[in-house]
Amino acid sequence: MVKCTGKGVLKGIAIGKIYVYRKKEFALVRTQVDDIEAELKRFDLAVDEAKNQLETLYQEALETVGEKEAKIFEVHGMMLEDEGYLEDIKNMIRENCNAEYAVKEVGSNYSQMFAAMDNEYMRARSVDILDISDKVINILAGVGDDSIKSDEPVILLADDLTPSETISMDKDKVLAFVTIHGSANSHTAILARSLNLPSLVNTDVALLEEYQGKTAVVDGFNEEFIINPPDDVLQELTEKRDKWIEETESLKKLIGEDNVTTDGRRINVYCNIGGVDDVERVLESDGGGIGLFRSEFLYLGRDTCPSEEEQFESYKAVLEKMNGKKVIIRTLDIGADKKADYLGLEPEENPAMGYRAIRICLDQPDIFRTQLRAIYRASAYGTASIMFPMIISVDEIRKIKVIVEEVKQELRDAEIPMGEVELGIMIETPAAAVISDELAKEVEFFSIGTNDLTQYTLAIDRQNQRLENICDTHHPAILRLIQMTIENGHKENTWVGICGELASDTRLTKTFVDMGIDELSVSPTYVLELRKKIREI
Amino acid sequence: MKSINYTITDELGIHARPAGLLVKLAGGFQSKITIEKDGKEADAKRIMAIMGLSATKGTAITVKIEGSDESEAAKAVEDFLKANL
Repeated sequence: MVKCTGKGVLKGIAIGKIYVYRKKEFALVRTQVDDIEAELKRFDLAVDEAKNQLETLYQEALETVGEKEAKIFEVHGMMLEDEGYLEDIKNMIRENCNAEYAVKEVGSNYSQMFAAMDNEYMRARSVDILDISDKVINILAGVGDDSIKSDEPVILLADDLTPSETISMDKDKVLAFVTIHGSANSHTAILARSLNLPSLVNTDVALLEEYQGKTAVVDGFNEEFIINPPDDVLQELTEKRDKWIEETESLKKLIGEDNVTTDGRRINVYCNIGGVDDVERVLESDGGGIGLFRSEFLYLGRDTCPSEEEQFESYKAVLEKMNGKKVIIRTLDIGADKKADYLGLEPEENPAMGYRAIRICLDQPDIFRTQLRAIYRASAYGTASIMFPMIISVDEIRKIKVIVEEVKQELRDAEIPMGEVELGIMIETPAAAVISDELAKEVEFFSIGTNDLTQYTLAIDRQNQRLENICDTHHPAILRLIQMTIENGHKENTWVGICGELASDTRLTKTFVDMGIDELSVSPTYVLELRKKIREI
Repeated sequence: MKSINYTITDELGIHARPAGLLVKLAGGFQSKITIEKDGKEADAKRIMAIMGLSATKGTAITVKIEGSDESEAAKAVEDFLKANL
């Protein structure tokens, strides 16, 4: 038995025969070229063909792993248009060098430049340059793509894999990837995750010919690669794998199913997101909508407020991608603990209880108006709802509604189309929970933010690690406030959801359902688990 | 000539994706657009040059824009930096 450790990219287990993958190497020597014009022409044609191949890979990746991961092939296409890179190659050809050798030399120079960088993410780019260079060389030399020669699916052991190697592998023939190089940021890792293959990168294993066809286990839980395991180890890991497959499969089967309890109650399971990049994961995990779009990410790490146009584009993109499903946008929720100097936030003793969220918006209505205009304009492109954070009084809601009405009137006057927009509030202060009977008369929905509600109710700063052991998130005071909020909401036909961390705590799902919760909004990872739990109630 | 100073706030710095987007954007203008970091210069129309700057989070860059459409280009580049980096 040989036990190697690597960096796991997915918690899962694969068992199978090893396939040692080596890049096809052919002697690349510098030869003397006499007809320079013809050689340049040959090079140009090869680059065009490489760009075509990348376009095909892009389309393929778009279908199998989605737009975000597919983007790399578009970037590769741009690299093949990089004038510096092309010129360096052409200059070598002009010195009577054959095109293959010129591409190899220039590609390896550029690649070394990236490999020498002190930033791990940039270092990973050196592989991209080798990838595009190899592609051009293979076309020039008339070498076809490598394919796996095996009748059964294998564990692919390789030095490193380029994105195009990874995506063009026959997916039915790969159980897992194990690479000696590569990082968690490498495309192999990203693609393996999207394809649900329990792979390892940066593994301390040698690429030995004798491993060819040997039985091995990739254990993503323990980040181990075990070659030739003895029977007892193999049996134990086989059981672990079967359990993992069973769990994954049973969750996957729930895609497209309802979140409905055995006695027929339907609960909406929505997702929390920070921006348009997260939407793909929502759709993949079959989230029923967006229960919390944290708009503050648009405001962070910059010198000025995001413009109306910029915000409109972000909201519109999310609404369009969600294709009619509900998207609840939470207005600016920022305080002195966040970095946004342009809001004039001064350091505070206690930012959690300070000048933040709706308090800023009502104090600086221009900022608020801009955001509301952007949301209402975007509302024409889907089903948008708005919720307001940190509410403590009915008066605040009335003030908000006056501004909302003014904004809507402006847009109507300008004949800008808008959709129907539900208005709701976060219940995250004990005050709001206690007067939820009055608040319910004012809004169409409540979303309980359990993280803040917990820290305000228990008077425990959630960042304070010394208090972690007494911070009981299931404290009866919190559960009673939640119950009270649900009951008060329902009396006024206001629907009630939870968007804090408690929403994904499956130990409480039954309690919430019994209380009458209408919606739970969680990170996309938990949607199917929660659906399973609900269907068992 | 227009000049923009900016500090990268993106966790990953100017990595492949934003570099690609920036090249696309820069390609749409006639102006010459140069990114400078610690005295090293890169043509914003060349993806490898941009990536070669290795501009990570917290890096201060200066973008110089020169040409007939420099005002529009400067505005577009500034918006892009704020939105993506």
